[in-house]
Amino acid sequence: MTDARNAGLQSILVLAAATGVALLPRHLDLFALMQVTLFAAMSVLALSLAFIWGFGGILSFGQTAFFGLGGYVYAIATINFGDSTNAILLAVVLPALFAAALGYFVFYGKVSDVYLGVITLTVTLILFNVVNSTAGEVYRIGIARLGGFNGIPSVPIFNMPFHPEIPLSPEASWWITGGTLIALYLLLRLILVSRFGRIAVAVRENETRAALLGYDTRLVKLGVFVIGGAIAGLGGALYVNWGAFVGPTIFSLSLSAEIIIWITVGGLGTLFGPIVGCFVIQFLVASIGSQQTFNSNLVLGAILVAFVLLLPKGVVPTFLLCLVQLRKDHRARPNTTAPKERAMQVN
Amino acid sequence: MSFTRRYFLRSTAAAASATALVSPVFIRNAFAAEPILVGSLHDQSGTMAASGSPMVDSLKLGVEEVNAAGGLLGRPLKLVHYDTQSNIQLYSQYAQQLSVRDKVAVIVGGITSASREAIRPTFDRFRTLYVYNTLYEGGVCDRNMFITGTTPAQTVAKLVPYAMSKGGKKVYIIAADYNYGQITAKWMQKYVKENGGETLSVDFFPLDVTNFGPTISKIQAARPDLILSALVGGNHVAFYRQWAAAGMKDRIQIASTTFGLFNEPATLSAAESDGIIGTFGYFEELTTPASTAYVDKLKKLSPGIPYISELAAATYEGFNLWVEGVKKANTIERLPVIEALETGIAFDGPSGKVVVDHKTHHVSRNTYLAVVKDRKWIVTETFPDAQPLDTAAVCDLVKNPNDNKQYEISL
Amino acid sequence: MDLAIILALDVLNGTASLFLLCVGLAIIFGMMKIINLAHGEFVMLGAYATVIATNAGVDIWVSMIIVAPLFVGLVGLLIERCLIRFLYGRLVDSMLATWGLSLLLIGLVTTIYGNTMNGVPTPLGGFQVGEYRSSWYTLFLAGMAVSVMALVYALLRLTRFGLIARAVMHNPNMAATLGVNPDRVYMITFGIGAGLTGLAGGLLAPLSGITPVMGAAFIAKCFITVVGGGATIISGTLTASGLFGLINQLGAYLTTPVYGEVILFLSAIFLIRILPQGISGRFFKGMS
Repeated sequence: MTDARNAGLQSILVLAAATGVALLPRHLDLFALMQVTLFAAMSVLALSLAFIWGFGGILSFGQTAFFGLGGYVYAIATINFGDSTNAILLAVVLPALFAAALGYFVFYGKVSDVYLGVITLTVTLILFNVVNSTAGEVYRIGIARLGGFNGIPSVPIFNMPFHPEIPLSPEASWWITGGTLIALYLLLRLILVSRFGRIAVAVRENETRAALLGYDTRLVKLGVFVIGGAIAGLGGALYVNWGAFVGPTIFSLSLSAEIIIWITVGGLGTLFGPIVGCFVIQFLVASIGSQQTFNSNLVLGAILVAFVLLLPKGVVPTFLLCLVQLRKDHRARPNTTAPKERAMQVN
Repeated sequence: MSFTRRYFLRSTAAAASATALVSPVFIRNAFAAEPILVGSLHDQSGTMAASGSPMVDSLKLGVEEVNAAGGLLGRPLKLVHYDTQSNIQLYSQYAQQLSVRDKVAVIVGGITSASREAIRPTFDRFRTLYVYNTLYEGGVCDRNMFITGTTPAQTVAKLVPYAMSKGGKKVYIIAADYNYGQITAKWMQKYVKENGGETLSVDFFPLDVTNFGPTISKIQAARPDLILSALVGGNHVAFYRQWAAAGMKDRIQIASTTFGLFNEPATLSAAESDGIIGTFGYFEELTTPASTAYVDKLKKLSPGIPYISELAAATYEGFNLWVEGVKKANTIERLPVIEALETGIAFDGPSGKVVVDHKTHHVSRNTYLAVVKDRKWIVTETFPDAQPLDTAAVCDLVKNPNDNKQYEISL
Repeated sequence: MDLAIILALDVLNGTASLFLLCVGLAIIFGMMKIINLAHGEFVMLGAYATVIATNAGVDIWVSMIIVAPLFVGLVGLLIERCLIRFLYGRLVDSMLATWGLSLLLIGLVTTIYGNTMNGVPTPLGGFQVGEYRSSWYTLFLAGMAVSVMALVYALLRLTRFGLIARAVMHNPNMAATLGVNPDRVYMITFGIGAGLTGLAGGLLAPLSGITPVMGAAFIAKCFITVVGGGATIISGTLTASGLFGLINQLGAYLTTPVYGEVILFLSAIFLIRILPQGISGRFFKGMS
């Protein structure tokens, strides 16, 4: 597969996805539409970690820190402003700034990989503990009460830009969320083919070699981390828009672990895989709760274990490999597939 | 989009059953009619499962009884239950599913205040009636919902003076670090003060704290006469064990607003739990005929149930209050049922008579004070018709039916 | 003065429990580079084994010190054979699999035993320090921590198995060339790690609320302690649990338990920042 054909295929896929997003409300009932809106919002979170982990080589155990921060910033700002437009903006900017500060602290301190995971995890736990203990009248920002473990209920949802009196309909919410997901996917693709993206992948492959070639690897990693933080923050705002609610469990360890599961299930080192993984796992968790025969934990646990043993590479790469394999059998020309295969085996 | 095939089928079925009712021959075939859907959101797995599972069982019992008696308005009831897996996001998801897709007549459920606050806006938005049955910190004021669990004025107000008469006037408060614990601690302080006592310190604990060593030292240094506890969940049980292990149990009296909700007296040894005082809206050990009949039926339905606490009893009562409301309104439409319930509908449940209070949408109900002895509760006092005074002080849905918030006590 | 003694006992208690909880994880993580997210559930299984054995009439000391580690060790061996052995060198897959495993174990225990469990009372009782009281069990825990420490040290440093195990961890290929079977070493090491975790569960059972989800409270703290401790299992875990135990207990005493936890987490972050590669920096090289 040549680059040109690959790019052609991808643009067709993106176009198909965009059409799908536009037409979906005609074919789904209201509940299903709200459910895919949630999944798409969560996919934005998946995309943020897919980017920094799969392409920047930064395994953050606490991507929910930025996600939750985005959610809280959006909720507090929109309650205070009465208009969601600037609140969404803030929900991107503040998590990005927080990511910049944390990233500076970590990367410029030369903290190595597993330690980085622990630091991000710990930051998330601190946020959980702090936000959790903010029940009571005194904890308020402007007119928004933080609400402790109960969280902030009845957060205003998105409205038409600068028209707070017109809240978005569920269809419009879906268009915004699904559209954002596709736009972010495209944006990340563009970043990856840019000079910066190529350097980032080089750093992931071999940090020392990239440094010896004269690149400031700390700065590159910081850049990747900040982009990831900004996207996760936006995901948080979309998530709050879906449920009109934000609470400290958004920072929980189980959600942090779940994102990693989405990516592993979908396929690390791809951008599309984690979105698939997110949809599949979220749908699975929701379906499990509707049955009464088995304990929900039992079912989900068994599925995850079976998954690791049977599909170790993740859904999307396995699927692509199967395609490649088919083609190979067809043409009996093994050489053409080699680079693609190698590209997918990274990490 | 809203006029789907499903909706069409349902409305024709309803019309068909309405015509069927005209002819007496068909009345016995009422169960051929489209069932009335009752939604249920409770945690059956994860950290809250110990509370949620008995609530689901109790709700199932209520539904079975109504069906055995010929259904409601000639239609059978069908329970639509989702296991929320102790996950707040799933609460929101299933709340949307119940009100938007399943279009249930009523939703019974929610355990923690956090879960209630997450789903309450959804039910308001999609106009689905909601019944919440957990004891909680009080103050929720929302015409779309009815609350049957006890609030601080019904329990803490009775517990504090009794415990102070047993222990003494210097009080040390320990509570779970989330809204229930924090607000309950405020009520405790208020009642301690009103009864002429003094609060030495108030300590909060995150739900995952398991090591209470420093706290036990701190309590000893403060020398209180009485400990008031609003600790919550499996991890916090560790406090009572470590307290007893240090040999402190017979030196300072403990009273709690939460001990016993999850079968704690039976999971601890007698040496660890004897003498702890509690107040709830219901105890399994109550010997009234209504209570013993309820306990027998529920244990027959689900033999594995460890203990039937206020959570289960209030769920049963909340569901039955709704049934009475539907009977009176003669429809399952939301607004007529709310109006019917607001007339002060009563239900004689396992805990005694439960009456809906129009002003607050809470209930007046009996509450009971009990002391642990030999891993069981001994009920020593009954407070008949305890009123939700805490919420009544701030919430008046007669005057402001559109009020919709949770008020909080300020000291 | 009495207060100081009591506080010292609290710190000792915190350190000892943290060390006992972490040492199994440290062995599995430090030696095999497997992040075991089911660690908390191993603790839970140990506690359940103790409680069930004691309620069935077994002497409480026997169930804590022998039944719990033996049972969880065997479970660990089973899990290693059926699951973990396919995942060596695949850090992230091992996380996914052990997360699934943890849910599976919680579900299994809930299905069999329900959501609550009758516990066992704390043996030994309390003693008096001036006007304060503390429990003998605290001192017993500290004693057990010291014994476990000595045992693991002796096993790793003084026995032939320890030598082989360290060699395999250092360079599996080289060890294999010398005729060692790394597969077997991994299996036994995982079993020992699980057994020690089960022991911790057994020892903490009389002090805890016993529920299927009790393990969740430990996992994050243990993970932070083990990684903060670094590569050398005994000294690393000991210094980290000593430091974190001290900070957590004193923080909880002087402020509130909430800030006790926050202070603990903050200090963990700064510790890692000050020692970015640490003693163990080289240990994790090449893992991502």
